[in-house]
Amino acid sequence: MTEKRLMSGNEAMAEAAIRAGCRCYFGYPITPQNEVTAYMARRMPEAGGVFIQSESELAAINMVLGASAAGCRSMTSSSSPGISLKQEGISYIAAMELPAVIANIMRGGPGLGNIAPSQSDYFQAVKGGGHGDYRQIVLGPSTVQELVDLTVCSFDLADEYRMPVVILGDGLLGQMMEPVSMPGMRHVEIKEEEWVLSGCRGRAPRLLRSLILDPGDLAAHNLHLQEKYRRVAAREVRFESVFTDDAELIVVAYGTPARVCRAAVAACREKGIRAGLIRPITLWPFPREEISRLASQASHILVVEMSHGQMVEDVLLSAEFRVPVSFFGKAGGLTFHIDEVIRKMEKTNQKSKIKNQKAKSKKQKHKSKP
Amino acid sequence: MEIIYERPESLKDVRTHYCAGCGHGVVHRILAEIVDELGIREKTVVIAPVGCAVLAYDYFNFDVCEAPHGRTPAVATGMKRVRPSNVIISYQGDGDLAAIGMAEIIHAANRGERITVVFVNNGLYGMTGGQMAPTTLIGQRTATTPMGRDFRECGQPIKVCELLSQFEGVVYAARCAITGPGNIIKGKKMLKKALSIQLADLGFSIVEFLSACPTHWKLTPREAVQYIEEKMVPCFPTGVIKDTIK
Amino acid sequence: MKEKLIISGFGGQGSLLVGKLLTYAAMLDGRYVTFLPSYGAEVRGGTAYCNVIISDEEIASPTISIADTLIAMNLPSVVRFEPAVVQEGLIFINSSLIEYEPDRKDVRTVRIPATEIADGLGNIKVANMVMVGAYLAKKQILSRERVHEALGHLLPEHRRSLYEVNCGAIKEGYKLTNNQTPRNKMQDTRYEGQDTRNKIQTITNDQ
Repeated sequence: MTEKRLMSGNEAMAEAAIRAGCRCYFGYPITPQNEVTAYMARRMPEAGGVFIQSESELAAINMVLGASAAGCRSMTSSSSPGISLKQEGISYIAAMELPAVIANIMRGGPGLGNIAPSQSDYFQAVKGGGHGDYRQIVLGPSTVQELVDLTVCSFDLADEYRMPVVILGDGLLGQMMEPVSMPGMRHVEIKEEEWVLSGCRGRAPRLLRSLILDPGDLAAHNLHLQEKYRRVAAREVRFESVFTDDAELIVVAYGTPARVCRAAVAACREKGIRAGLIRPITLWPFPREEISRLASQASHILVVEMSHGQMVEDVLLSAEFRVPVSFFGKAGGLTFHIDEVIRKMEKTNQKSKIKNQKAKSKKQKHKSKP
Repeated sequence: MEIIYERPESLKDVRTHYCAGCGHGVVHRILAEIVDELGIREKTVVIAPVGCAVLAYDYFNFDVCEAPHGRTPAVATGMKRVRPSNVIISYQGDGDLAAIGMAEIIHAANRGERITVVFVNNGLYGMTGGQMAPTTLIGQRTATTPMGRDFRECGQPIKVCELLSQFEGVVYAARCAITGPGNIIKGKKMLKKALSIQLADLGFSIVEFLSACPTHWKLTPREAVQYIEEKMVPCFPTGVIKDTIK
Repeated sequence: MKEKLIISGFGGQGSLLVGKLLTYAAMLDGRYVTFLPSYGAEVRGGTAYCNVIISDEEIASPTISIADTLIAMNLPSVVRFEPAVVQEGLIFINSSLIEYEPDRKDVRTVRIPATEIADGLGNIKVANMVMVGAYLAKKQILSRERVHEALGHLLPEHRRSLYEVNCGAIKEGYKLTNNQTPRNKMQDTRYEGQDTRNKIQTITNDQ
């Protein structure tokens, strides 16, 4: 690793993409991710790559489609409203099984919303967003360094599984500067794999399509995609656990709120509350098994999100209602303060204690009856 | 025995799904012939549109990529920038190019992307049942203009080649009518020039084909050819509209 | 050690550069740092501000709701961020442009005629660096050498010629402030017992 540099999340992500071998970037201005586009405009030509400021988000994602079909590591980035526009192209990319990296530096919604940080595009990212039965790998970094590392990782995952990978950050992460170590420059050739469109010299013509008119054939294609998604789900789940071994109160948070939750968990430990944190790094595939396991150990789960309750639904499904799940969220661009998270944790802990005591005394009463 | 006529290598030996009298078959044929003549089959990639020509990949004997409706020039842009030595052809209909994909075509043209656009204009949406397209003639009846196109409601037919000719990045724009051997030969010359311009890396080129849709025009193929000559050509004048390297 | 610092001024006064500079210097010291600029639809002449956190421990949130220190380059900055400063916190005021005296009696203020000093040095733009010097002298978190080193990293190639004048401005601010005792009105008996100010909630976006 080289010496540390002080970089904003947006610029660090752009540099990391180039170092990961990304040689095509297509983007359209939108706050709070404009630094990515500006950085790429300057840096991509130096790296011998392609930068185009596209006429729209629709054009950008479809330029990614074309560049990826031609075998190049390609990327686009935007923020919430722009990501909505990209959904059409993402669905096609998923159907045509092309690698692509899409970064969403989320801002407040719905509609034009505002430019403050938010996590309200979770559903859109992990449940599909576009039409059709498809998945995309969704990565949720919480520091600028992790954003760098996961950006590199996203290109590898996209290539390995030939599917869209979404980097889901928020305005805070894009705008804040932190020290980062950059990985070395990787030399990645333009792909010449058996699906790449390069002209049919010395081989049969190839076709990349998503139109499959025959219901049986389309069903088979869907089954093939699902099989791939199962493989991804089995192999690519990533999460971080903090103090979960003996935790009674489990906090689940991702992205920048997870930073605040980590500090809150440490503070609660000092107050004698057995708290722990699960931080999903892959939001799809979701760390379902780990949360399910912890659901049988803990007495309460608290989900903290910059939305009005999106990831909490995946936590509920994972916990299978075996343990109470509380939710603490805010939207519109408001961020969390550690004190309010600690207060919420204390309250949650108190509630579950009272509940446990009641349950115990009820049991004892029941027993004492002859 | 001397062979004077055969199927081009760039065209697969299959029957097309196109209706009798449809212009797509002719345009496919001349495109395939030119690709053969220029010896570029092994480096050509066609981007197929959404519309009647969506299945073009079943007929062309070279690489084909599909694109979302109207985004063909964006996909072509991405592909050409990665592999500048390939010949990238954006094959589009009038709904695809001039309605949903207007932004993509205008900006690809304005950037002077080194791509060639084959634009098939039949004045309506064929695949979805004959609805009004941006190129539908005034007074023309379609599924969505049952009383005929009224310009106060629906605007005027858009003249794509004239529109795009305003951009410096557009090196060549020409229009021909698929109405008879003479005109088809003219069209072939135009398309050959357009592709040569791409091969010479000079800029954006487009050829528009006024093409019949007997099915939705509710005419016989013969009447449809007449319709092109009598109704379409006066609105969409044929010939070279822009050529900066005469 | 944990320092939460807000730097604020008109767009163009170099507040963000001050933030980046201190962040960079602390990074060179091996500390945990975050820098968060205000971003978005600010027009020219609007308030540009940033949040800087320097810590010996991992930093949870890069946003600051209660600041230890405020460096205010102009009047709107004092008005806006004064309520966010912790009790006994420090407010550095560019007294060349700010006549206003903070209402708060429970914070300490350091007044530096930064713009005048910068003008005297021949470049009005280095007023921000005079404030940096003052900050370094009062807070003793970072050494001047480190800040000079950081400046060397941050100045782009075409601005390299400005290195000396910037360092000179830091030195002036440092010298001036090293001899100045911050005014602390809490020590003034007339204000004894008036500590309602610290109940003022923050103005940053976490309510």
